[in-house]
Amino acid sequence: MLLAVLEHDGAAMAEAAREALTFGRALAGRMGVPMHAALIGNNEGALVATAGAHGAEVVHTALHPVLSDYGPEAWGEVVAAMVRRLAPGAVLAGGSDRGNEVLAQAAARLDVPFVANCLDVDPADWSITRIQWGGSLLEDVSLSAEVPLLTCGLHSVAAETAETPAAPTVEEFAVDLDAALARTAVRDRVVLSAGVTLSTAPVVVGGGRGVGSAEGFAPLEELAELLGGKVGCSRAVTNNGWRPHADQVGQTGTRIAPQIYIAAGISGAIQHWVGAMGAKHILAVNLDPEANIVTKADWAVIGDLHEVIPAISAEIRARR
Amino acid sequence: MRICCCVKRVPAPGARINVTADGQAVDVAHLGFAVSPHEECGVEAAVQLTEAHGGEVTVLTLGAPEAAEQLRYAASVGAHHGVLVPTDGSGWDPQRTALALTAAIRTLEEAGGPFDLLIFGNESADSGGFQVGIRVAVALGRPMVGGIKGIEIDGPTVRARRETDAGFEVYELPMPAAVGVKEGINLPRYPTMRGRLASKRLEVAELAGDALPGGQAMRRLHRPAEAASETVILGTGPGAAPSVVDVLADLGVL
Amino acid sequence: MSEVPAEARCVVIGAGIVGNCLVGHLAKLGWDDLVLLDKGPLPNPGGSTGHASNFIFPVDHSKEMCLLGAQSADQYRHLGLSVDSGGIEVARTPERMDEFQRRMTSATAWGIEARLLSPAEVGELVPYINTAVILGGFYCPTVSVVDSLETGTRMRRIASEAGCRVFANTEVRDITTRDGPLPGVRTVEAVVTDKGTIRAEYVVIACGVWSNRVANMADAYIPLVPAVHQMADVGPIDVLAATNNEIGYPIVRDMDTFCYERQSAGSMEVGSYAHRPILHHPDDIPSNDEAALSPTEMPFTPDDFDQQMEEAIELMDMLGDAEIRYAINGLLSLTPDAMPCLGEVPEVRNLWSAAAVWVKEGPGMAQAVAEWMTYGYPRVIDTHGADVARFYPEERSDTHIWARSAEHFNKTYGIVHPFEQWESRRDLQVSPYFSRQQALDAEFFQARTWERPQWFASNADLTERYGLQDREVEWDARWWSPITVGEHLNLRENCGLVDLSAFQIFELSGPGAVAYADRLAVNRIDVPTGRAVYTPWLTPDGGFRADLTMIRTGHETVRIVTGVFDGGRDEFWARRHMPTDGSVRFANITEQVTTLGLWGPNAPEVLSALSDHRWGDAPYGSLTPVSLRCGDRTIEAELLRISYVGDTGWEIYAAWDDGPRLWDALMATGADLGLRPTGGGVYGTSGRLEKGYRLMGAELESEYNPLEAGLARPRLKAADFIGKEAYAAARAAGPSEVQMCVLTVEDHSDRAGRKRYMQGGNEPILTADGKRITDSHGRVSRVTSAGPGPSVDRYLLMGYLPRELAGPGSELQVMYMNELFPVRVAGTGAVFDPEDRRLRG
Repeated sequence: MLLAVLEHDGAAMAEAAREALTFGRALAGRMGVPMHAALIGNNEGALVATAGAHGAEVVHTALHPVLSDYGPEAWGEVVAAMVRRLAPGAVLAGGSDRGNEVLAQAAARLDVPFVANCLDVDPADWSITRIQWGGSLLEDVSLSAEVPLLTCGLHSVAAETAETPAAPTVEEFAVDLDAALARTAVRDRVVLSAGVTLSTAPVVVGGGRGVGSAEGFAPLEELAELLGGKVGCSRAVTNNGWRPHADQVGQTGTRIAPQIYIAAGISGAIQHWVGAMGAKHILAVNLDPEANIVTKADWAVIGDLHEVIPAISAEIRARR
Repeated sequence: MRICCCVKRVPAPGARINVTADGQAVDVAHLGFAVSPHEECGVEAAVQLTEAHGGEVTVLTLGAPEAAEQLRYAASVGAHHGVLVPTDGSGWDPQRTALALTAAIRTLEEAGGPFDLLIFGNESADSGGFQVGIRVAVALGRPMVGGIKGIEIDGPTVRARRETDAGFEVYELPMPAAVGVKEGINLPRYPTMRGRLASKRLEVAELAGDALPGGQAMRRLHRPAEAASETVILGTGPGAAPSVVDVLADLGVL
Repeated sequence: MSEVPAEARCVVIGAGIVGNCLVGHLAKLGWDDLVLLDKGPLPNPGGSTGHASNFIFPVDHSKEMCLLGAQSADQYRHLGLSVDSGGIEVARTPERMDEFQRRMTSATAWGIEARLLSPAEVGELVPYINTAVILGGFYCPTVSVVDSLETGTRMRRIASEAGCRVFANTEVRDITTRDGPLPGVRTVEAVVTDKGTIRAEYVVIACGVWSNRVANMADAYIPLVPAVHQMADVGPIDVLAATNNEIGYPIVRDMDTFCYERQSAGSMEVGSYAHRPILHHPDDIPSNDEAALSPTEMPFTPDDFDQQMEEAIELMDMLGDAEIRYAINGLLSLTPDAMPCLGEVPEVRNLWSAAAVWVKEGPGMAQAVAEWMTYGYPRVIDTHGADVARFYPEERSDTHIWARSAEHFNKTYGIVHPFEQWESRRDLQVSPYFSRQQALDAEFFQARTWERPQWFASNADLTERYGLQDREVEWDARWWSPITVGEHLNLRENCGLVDLSAFQIFELSGPGAVAYADRLAVNRIDVPTGRAVYTPWLTPDGGFRADLTMIRTGHETVRIVTGVFDGGRDEFWARRHMPTDGSVRFANITEQVTTLGLWGPNAPEVLSALSDHRWGDAPYGSLTPVSLRCGDRTIEAELLRISYVGDTGWEIYAAWDDGPRLWDALMATGADLGLRPTGGGVYGTSGRLEKGYRLMGAELESEYNPLEAGLARPRLKAADFIGKEAYAAARAAGPSEVQMCVLTVEDHSDRAGRKRYMQGGNEPILTADGKRITDSHGRVSRVTSAGPGPSVDRYLLMGYLPRELAGPGSELQVMYMNELFPVRVAGTGAVFDPEDRRLRG
């Protein structure tokens, strides 16, 4: 079987986990094995149901006081234990911070390879295509491992439920964890902004060097708010101190996957693009019809963002 | 504090990354080299911690002899020591890299005492394996958390912040500990002219180290196919706003 | 996305400062069917303009560079895109302090405000400078900082309003040409881009560092190479930020470390010409996509900059603690001779170059090229030094471009002597006598690619014979020898043999040859066979374009003999105006013919020993075939009765391979008659100056006409020729405003009591009360040539003077090394043998 390790926040399944289930379902199919899922620190019916909806036939739940909140060492230890005891044909997680971290922890404990951010996996010989350079480059690797540990590139597949959802069997996985592993568990949480975040927003309005100043982002904020979205920016913007780093979309910033990315005054440098290419659609607003982002966009408006963006906001208000 | 910061020499990000004709390496003809961005922030974090709490920063790298340049760069922004584990410059897989770094850290600790904190970049800008720091930490038995965008020292504890969609998580690791940091934890300083000149005097220590290759072998690098998209020009200037809103309505995001 | 038009009158490739200004100037001159292309985005397509330091120091010893720079600075000012920050060159060595005296002299020549500062005075203007390490400063208050990107945008807009179509992100893939209509010259046909093909009558390459690569697409050459200039921006620096200004303090050029410090808002740009030469092939420049910053902002190589940082900190301590926030290996263009590449390329008709131009000269040079394309030659100034046609084939090779560029890169802020010789790429082209001359310890000067003896150390005994001393001050004595005076006096007393093999010799032939020759020349070429005619060629505006000898060698043949410095340009001019009906053929026969000059009172006797030729048979200017007995062989040669040194004798033309035999025979025969090998110091300077002969590129430039130069013949020839209309108008306008004069230096002593000798490097001629002399066109009176007149015992200068100051005996002053020396006008012609008695025998 293929074991998909599920990221969750205790209540809801992470998007990355649903992607992993989607990716894993296909991979398990090619391997000719069923897909199981690992639900660590939780056995909520809703999470189990979601796993089933995405094709997991068995959900292994691991509960332990040390697992009361996320901790990379404890989670990694659980995955390692599952590998030892359940002997999966492969282990897969989503290519999120946690997914990569947990599988790296598990791989280190098992002393086996771990291949992060895979796009294409051929289980016949475990030749794999994976992401390098944040997506600017691809690497073909051959993997030689007792058990392949993989993550699938974040947003490299769209999460989809299975055509024939399963009602998964829940199997409790008993773990005996050293209490010391709690040393890396989450101690506290600080919620900074309620509601949508940049990485989950359905609409992102991005601004680049063309915005010109911190103040220049006000119309972008306004449009984002009208659309229930968030404002993002390019690296040039954070380097100029116009926006905090948290708003940066790109290879070293946040990867976004909105329904539409409205890119205003952004040239479309590759480092930005790899953060934005998860967007389902792109609308570019740019003075230069030849700008990179324009050629990559689905739609473009050629013009000054300082005029075009307020006009879009006005039009939306007029229609409401 | 004794801090060890592991860095990787990578082609300076910012340009399109091309591959050599044989697909075996990145074409570096037009590229400068730099400390991988997350790790550049790691060096800055380490230097700030020693500025606040005293102590010394040792920067450790594994790579071609030219990687000494990146050690000097780290020294030019305040790192105290530079250690190179020289390789022939070929790409080592993550397991092999982690084993060699682990051995190097053990050697350094035997000579100079344990490091209170190991700082890694969350992942390298080039190969992006997301694991070397974790493997080293596990091998050394250190608690390790990645994705860190804030570090404070509180007595024997490292309080580290990790960004999430909603805000951040707080971790408290007993030292000795390890963290994987991400860009955004700080804005790394640039070297001053004097710093650069002083870094010329850095004595780069070399530690021989090797390990057996792991199970992941690179076969070929290639560029992703560029999706040729036909861009629909909705109009010019503010007059295009109605067409834009039509599109937004069709997508159901209004 | 946007398709390019199928046709345009003129396509300009490159939207940097040059291309933008060029389309702007062309539009102002009435060109409306223009296309401007760049492979990068606008407004900064990624070329050298985008990272330029954008400052202009106005003083340059070269007239061409200085005045085109001034023209550019004025254009930036006129657009309101320039700030006069002032600038100070600081000296750390006594040699540099001497150079500042020379710069003061050039500043006076070109009318630029400047003054010398003590270290303390430098410190008052630049409070953060360490005055302890400098000896003084040279201050120009009109040093300016310009906005080259915005200037380009404005000029492009001017062109767009006139109809110019602009295409960014459009890459040129090829430039196609077709044969004809000129014989042996291709004509540009079209520019092939990734967005379509544009057929064009004219194509201009203004692609900066990429220019040679683009020219190569048409099998043409623009000899330049991309070279690194390192620059680091360091900051923040409070004292600079406190100015609240892009530039609040004067720019400092730390001349002896080859670096500059230029404020850029709150930080300082430290730029260097001190590092090792780092040259790149254009194919190695990344594309916009491949470049981390821009294609011409290449990754910084810090090891090359460390020395400069130490020196910068020494000069300005505050820089040491400033952060290096941006540092690049910026690319700029270097050429083999450090001059730009302007004009139509010789290989392809209507393919033009506007390249190797820096921001400081961009607008002015763009104007020059626009005028050149419109009027047939620039009006703003003579651009002969920048003419892309000046290069010989050997100078177009990458080997040559790289070697010379590497050699002069570190001289960007260097102290360069006007006669400084190159070290690299010597012996490229040598005469048949080269080994013999080496055996005689000749000191070779290189004229473009040709080696020519300047004097012969084997003649050192002449200094004793004539009691000659070396010059007192090293600078004056550098690249000079008193032997040259000895050779001069010996030639006047006995005779001398001068190697003239570097002459560039062309042949026009065919039924239309003579008529075509007459179309080029001011003076009549349709003369009896065997006659030589010394004649100017004019620009369409009636200024000097060439100055040479044309010989009617046959019914349908004309030989053109010109100097080596202008050979390439003159060949270009001669080929480019040819009739398209095939009635004229052109051949360059330089390497088939060797030329020796044999002059002096004993010359006839020397020659008589080799032939039955009788002295005095042929009139001056006649060409006579002759058989010369050279040892056991007789060789066929031609004797041209002519002289550039003012003594009787001939230019002897012979087959190249017969040269050594001829040399040996003449030297053997002449041994008892006082014949000495004689160098270019006599031929080009002392002999010439005593006779008041004008030299192309020195006295003769396109700003001047034959009337002003004193070369007008009494009557205007009937046949039409290029420039005739303008020349006729000038003749009709009456006496010229200025006259070319020969002056004598009346006292050589400087304030320290040392004897000084001007070099002919544009030293200003001032009135007796020290005022600059300019005419109504703004042309300044300056020394165009200088050198000894040993036979008249005077040091001689040449220069244009307004008629009222040009009378014999007129007392004036010349500034040299910032000191004034009294001079007197001798006349407008020869000071030695003004009746030409010796010449005509």
